[in-house]
Amino acid sequence: MPYGFTGKILEVDLSREKIRVKEFSEGVYRNWLGGRGLGTYILWKELGDKWEEIDPLGPENLLLILTGPLSGYYPGIKLCITGKSPESNGVVGSTISSEVAIELKAAGYDGMIIRGRAEEPKYILLVDDHVDIKDARKYWGRGPSDFLSELMSESHREVIELAGRSGLPKEPAILYIGRGGERKVRFASIMAKFVHAAGYGGYGAVAGSKNLKAIVVKGNGPLPPVANFEEYKKLLRDIQHQLLEITTFRAWGTGAGGYEFGYRTSSEPIRNWQEEWHDRKEISVVNFELGYWVKKYWGDYGCPVTCMKISYIRHGKYKGAKTDAPDYELAAYLGTNLGIFKPEEIIYLSYLADELGLDAINTGNVLGFAAELYEKGILSKNDVGFELRWGDTDAFAKLMQMIANREGIGGVLAEGTHRAARIIGKIKGIDAARFAVEVKGIAVGAHGIRSGEDYPSPIGYAVSVQGGDHTSAAFSDPKVPAGEIEAVFTDSAVICSFTYWTNFDVLIQFLNSVTGWNMTVEEWINQTAPRIIHIQRLLLLLGGPDIQWDPRVHDDNPPRFYEPLPSGPHKGKKANEQEVNELKKAYYEGIGYDEYGVSKPEVLRNLGLEDAIPLVKKIRNRLGLE
Amino acid sequence: MSVIILVREANRLWILVDYGSCSGCRLCEVVCALEHEGTIWPEASRIRIFEEAYGAPVPHLCVQCLDYPCVKSCPVGALSVNEATGAVIVDDQKCIGCGKCIEACPGKVPRIPKGKKTVVICDLCNGEPKCVKICNEAGYNALKLYRGLYRPVFSTFAGDPREKSLALSKKMFD
Repeated sequence: MPYGFTGKILEVDLSREKIRVKEFSEGVYRNWLGGRGLGTYILWKELGDKWEEIDPLGPENLLLILTGPLSGYYPGIKLCITGKSPESNGVVGSTISSEVAIELKAAGYDGMIIRGRAEEPKYILLVDDHVDIKDARKYWGRGPSDFLSELMSESHREVIELAGRSGLPKEPAILYIGRGGERKVRFASIMAKFVHAAGYGGYGAVAGSKNLKAIVVKGNGPLPPVANFEEYKKLLRDIQHQLLEITTFRAWGTGAGGYEFGYRTSSEPIRNWQEEWHDRKEISVVNFELGYWVKKYWGDYGCPVTCMKISYIRHGKYKGAKTDAPDYELAAYLGTNLGIFKPEEIIYLSYLADELGLDAINTGNVLGFAAELYEKGILSKNDVGFELRWGDTDAFAKLMQMIANREGIGGVLAEGTHRAARIIGKIKGIDAARFAVEVKGIAVGAHGIRSGEDYPSPIGYAVSVQGGDHTSAAFSDPKVPAGEIEAVFTDSAVICSFTYWTNFDVLIQFLNSVTGWNMTVEEWINQTAPRIIHIQRLLLLLGGPDIQWDPRVHDDNPPRFYEPLPSGPHKGKKANEQEVNELKKAYYEGIGYDEYGVSKPEVLRNLGLEDAIPLVKKIRNRLGLE
Repeated sequence: MSVIILVREANRLWILVDYGSCSGCRLCEVVCALEHEGTIWPEASRIRIFEEAYGAPVPHLCVQCLDYPCVKSCPVGALSVNEATGAVIVDDQKCIGCGKCIEACPGKVPRIPKGKKTVVICDLCNGEPKCVKICNEAGYNALKLYRGLYRPVFSTFAGDPREKSLALSKKMFD
């Protein structure tokens, strides 16, 4: 086994209440690393043959909780959650800041594979060699502000008892779902520490479909040794110091974005992306800091950045609301995208999303979609149950609750923007997809492409194997360590995308110092990253059972991005079809897809993926290309 | 017999914890485990951050009680006091991992992490604690090195870190 790994994955079958340990060969780790890469490999090998038939919310789906070779060793801690996504019907590597990653390794595991479906609500308790599937009925239906401290104190007590005379162990780490996950809202998140979320992918719904409320993990042992300790220590020290200098992230997290991505780059979603520019200074991070932060620096294991800032509302209507800064994505999606610019109201809606266990990006996206349909008169007061106007925080809060409860129109919106557009379009006899700002079932992150001033390329979302996921937007040239090529690294080595800001060469060096491998940047770009991307792409195109994508149609931007920006210094700018098509063509060529966007068999063969060639045939058949 | 007589009072060290300032980043745990165990090992770090209530991380480490109940409790004489710093020193050759010192400690600070046969206690890095250094470099200053006369109040800082975290959280969020 390479250094840095334990070589063991814990398998928990919730249907049979069976536990076993699975081991992979060293070659599997070398080719797929961990997290998103290893998850993709496991899903392909286990479910690839019948992928189109697997219901992401059925017991056959797997919920994978995976660390990577750098989790725990590299500054900051991340865990990767994956499975067949109920949003895209493909594979999304959804990362979350959680000490579960380091606790897993300290317990002797690289990850967990969760199968089946429990009869009653359960939670998994893992303490070193001790695994227990425990009754979670008393926690079911409850939000984190209500149940989390109870679960913590109960499970910490158990961890202490198991430690016997060896002293007082620290608390275990916990992953959990809220009501959204329990009710299988397609964009429900898996959460940690009341604000951290694995949002993209909808894996909270997968956990909910398995009747799994929480996973509690404590490891008391060491992490596996690293291969080259002196080099590792030096690199770690250098990167720690480098990261301590990233001053605005340390000071504000991503909070500055709320104003800057609107004012400076014209790329912030406003009223369902009808605009992307504003000069609303009241949304500036300074007002969050002065008015609401009760903790300015809050970090997870080994993180020199500590981008989390805790906001808390002490008085008034929203008293008791507690969340992080909120970060830029939430300020945009639960703020500007809903026509809300008041920090207090944004904090409240962010808190509510956390409480309900909903991914705030997809939530704000579908709420904005609904509000625009209301504005256009497509949805009526009768359809919604109340008036739904831009800026009406209480109305949006109510609708969010209805989504989590799947009540009334909330039941339709709980399917996510893409599916809701299909349902509403059918009922109303209109093309609602015009107002849906998503790609392949996944809401586009709060970084627009029309102004050309923000980081995603014009095809960043269109060709990404994770759809609208802004943390995995494809760069137009797949032969440089940027965009998806880089994201696949952070998600598979499983490190934080806010602590990886160093030279890519250094990251590879770091990987080698831990694992003892001789990975090169070239190998990463030409072999490892494409291997993961091609299998993700094949599974995404297999899709199903409810929706299957056609790259000729769905490898594209949301229609809104082809409408000109109506305001601001970049007024009139829009995505250009010709440019998108040219970039797409070059990207397909570079990554190794044919002209229709399907992996070329010879490219798969060169990547050692001969076994995946039958999947190509299946996809080409469905698309009528054979 | 009084152990304190052995320690040169003027040079004694103490790590002062500024509770509200801890970010929970655990850089202290990283450097401590690397220094003492040569790997990442949260439970073997001599300083451990407890966060029973999220948002209220609490550093937990030896306070070098004036009467050293841990040293007194050791049945095999494996614990001693470093005369220069006042730190409790564990003799791995003698320690039998019986856990008596853990019982005796008012803060339940000593720990025998899984895979280790002997107890771990903060040794103040021989006078230059790595945890304090990195906490200062990071600018949180949740840990500060205090030099000089030992004051009886120091021992009252030994306590259940779970309760400390809950108290801190109540103050922040009530």
